Amino acid sequence: MATQLLEVERLSKRFGGFVALDEIDLSVAPGERVGLIGPNGSGKSTLVNCLCGTLVNEAGTVRFEGRDLAGQSAHQRTHLGMARSFQLPRPFASMTVADNLKVPLLYTVNTRRRALTESEIGTRCEELLTLVGLADRSRQLPRDLTQVDMRKLELARAMATDPKLLIADEAMAGLSNSEVNDIVALLIRLNEHGVTVILIEHIMRAVMSFSQRLVVLVSGKKIADGRPDDVIRDDEVERAYLGQ
Amino acid sequence: MSYDLLLNAVTAGLLLGGFYAAVTVGISISFGILDIVNIAHPAFIILGSYIAYIINARFGLDPIAASIIALPAFYALGAAIYQIYYLSFEKRGQEPLRGLAFFFGILFITEVTLVLTFGVDYRYVQAGYAQQSWHIGIIDLPLRMLVPCLMSLAMLAALQLFLTRTFTGRAVMAVAQDQLALQLMAADPIRIKRIAFAISIATASLAGAFLIIIQPVEPSIGRDYIGRVFAICVLGGLGSLPGTLIGAVLLGIVESFTATFYGPSWAPAVSFGLLLLTLAFRPAGLLGR
Amino acid sequence: MNSAIRSATFVLACAVVAALVFAGARAAGNDYVFFAGYTVLQFIVLATAWNILGGYTGYVNFGTAAFFALGAYATVFFHKFYPLPVPVLLIIGAVVSGLVGLGMGYLTLRLRGAFFAIATLALAVVLQTLVVNWNYVGGARGAYVIRPAEVEGLSLPYIQYLFLIMLALAVLAIATARTVEHSKLGYGFAAIRDDEMAAEASGVPTLRLKLIATTLSGALMGMAGAPFPYYIGYLQPSSAFALEYAVNSIAMPMIGGTTSWVGPLAGALLLGTLQQVTTVTISSAVNLLIVGVLLVGFVIIAPNGLVGLWQRLFRKR
Repeated sequence: MATQLLEVERLSKRFGGFVALDEIDLSVAPGERVGLIGPNGSGKSTLVNCLCGTLVNEAGTVRFEGRDLAGQSAHQRTHLGMARSFQLPRPFASMTVADNLKVPLLYTVNTRRRALTESEIGTRCEELLTLVGLADRSRQLPRDLTQVDMRKLELARAMATDPKLLIADEAMAGLSNSEVNDIVALLIRLNEHGVTVILIEHIMRAVMSFSQRLVVLVSGKKIADGRPDDVIRDDEVERAYLGQ
Repeated sequence: MSYDLLLNAVTAGLLLGGFYAAVTVGISISFGILDIVNIAHPAFIILGSYIAYIINARFGLDPIAASIIALPAFYALGAAIYQIYYLSFEKRGQEPLRGLAFFFGILFITEVTLVLTFGVDYRYVQAGYAQQSWHIGIIDLPLRMLVPCLMSLAMLAALQLFLTRTFTGRAVMAVAQDQLALQLMAADPIRIKRIAFAISIATASLAGAFLIIIQPVEPSIGRDYIGRVFAICVLGGLGSLPGTLIGAVLLGIVESFTATFYGPSWAPAVSFGLLLLTLAFRPAGLLGR
Repeated sequence: MNSAIRSATFVLACAVVAALVFAGARAAGNDYVFFAGYTVLQFIVLATAWNILGGYTGYVNFGTAAFFALGAYATVFFHKFYPLPVPVLLIIGAVVSGLVGLGMGYLTLRLRGAFFAIATLALAVVLQTLVVNWNYVGGARGAYVIRPAEVEGLSLPYIQYLFLIMLALAVLAIATARTVEHSKLGYGFAAIRDDEMAAEASGVPTLRLKLIATTLSGALMGMAGAPFPYYIGYLQPSSAFALEYAVNSIAMPMIGGTTSWVGPLAGALLLGTLQQVTTVTISSAVNLLIVGVLLVGFVIIAPNGLVGLWQRLFRKR
């Protein structure tokens, strides 16, 4: 009986001769709040891509709720309950903000239970937009949004898939202090509702206040995994990451 | 199957393949390296054929010499087209659909303009050596195939040297992979891409001359070559010049065999069929990437 | 519930417009109207069909001629075998072209859009070569298809019957496009067009949807091709596979506007009529040149087509 929500065993990924991920092991329990940090180029986004099916790993297994994800495409993994936000926002440029959320609602939430009615979809869009603070922009196009708002949309779209696991890939870059606090509070609230969250961030303040567990990735290898206070005091982590 | 026929089919295929490499190298640069789907490239080759034809008819110059004279004009044309493409599409981030439509429109305009200017009759050139043929044992080497093949190999070698030994050439190879790194090296990526694209169109001038030496030309011939160039490009692995040559020779031999043993009317289907199969089963090409 | 009523109303409105068009054509008293009108209607179907895969989903198909010709040659095949009524031929054309679209899509849609586009070019040439070498349907020489003088049941001259068929097809194509546009499928297509990776991450089964788009688009094109042999009387591969079909089916939506069903309709009406005029007054080669220039011009200057220009003019933000 699997107790872990996500189990990653010896995950490896290479691009030609370059090893992007070297035998990563990672376990995430249901309901956990995990922070993932590491210098630029350490493989964090590659890891997310492999977990979510955007990239295919050469070696290792990824298990979600006990089920091996090999061969499952990205959209199938989303249906199973894994959601991610993209580091560089990728909105649907020809649709309004509200319609951007309609897509995951129609294609993920819809397939899990009975089809949502038009009004249910509309209500849910409103809810999500209010949650991230974009309610007054629901009819705007992505190109009219600020960078910050696009990141919020990115997060809202991931949340719209009603995930069991949410991977937030640098969702807070460029946000002001209070906005960072808002997003952290939002993610904690989500977590209290049962969503497991992996937070990938550079903003240490946010990572420390959010994470129950901290994982450090350097040059494709996991060099630390434990309580945040312990991890940041680890010598290797200081040398490799915090020293920069 | 007679040994004579077989050997000559192979030889014809090799010579044809050499020529196909010249036709394709422009696409290897624009599509393989720059990631621009210039499906109008064959039209520029036909344009090159016609220009070689005009110069040859008026001044009696050898078509290949004529095409070398026309090189700067083709280079300028390539630079201009890239500039339009960049400002209209790459900058706005709308390449896929509109870029394809753009080049398709250019293919069409070029072909129809040639029809309006020259009509649909076949044109051919008078090249001194075109009627001659060398013989090595039972192998025939018609000069009208041999000369373009050798010139094509020379052109490929020159381009390969350019891409691997000069700063600009290496910048071209780099721009495909990492624009940011290129900028940090104080090279303007847009200018590099423009140079590369212009070179790709310039090769069309030479390839056009080779074409009209090998066979008579009329405006719609370009369409047969669309499938060939992309088939070779994909087969050889995008962006690799040696791969292009190998892919070209392979296609040349397969086509030659098909024409010899099944008849020439099947030839267009060969390259396109090969392309479909490659895309379906090994899109990274035989040499991979 | 609301949208179902709106759809039904729309189809009804289309049917009314179609009936008016037909009545108007008959009132003109000139057979040329039917011949020219058939061509324009054919373009409406082809442009709308192309746009489902191209404009809505973002995958360029250069092989319109292939799917069109498949429908036409399916008709020739059956005509020699046992003449069937045109509506049955429409269905056959749809099935044949739809299946080929599905097959080709399955081979190439996992790859980037550019490879798909090139593959569609390849398909057109391969099919043309196959047909040219297949004597049963006439090979390179072509095939005569004798048009019946009249239709059993209806007392209509045959060309008017064909016109009516194409009119019905145009209504079908437009209604299909509009229904797709406003449906869950339409959102999925648009998501794929805007950002395929994000669409996948949002749960959209991109490959399946792309296959649906290709099959639907191909089937409609095949239906447009099915009556063609009867219209033209003598079918040659060079006319069935003409590149003009590819250029027009791309130019019309691009010029009209690719994001809704209105664009291909507007583009087909405008460009189709323009071409009839130009071909008759100047020459067919100049006509094609104009189409090419317009395509390139619009793609550069007005990427959202006439519909986009209209929206910009009338929707002040």
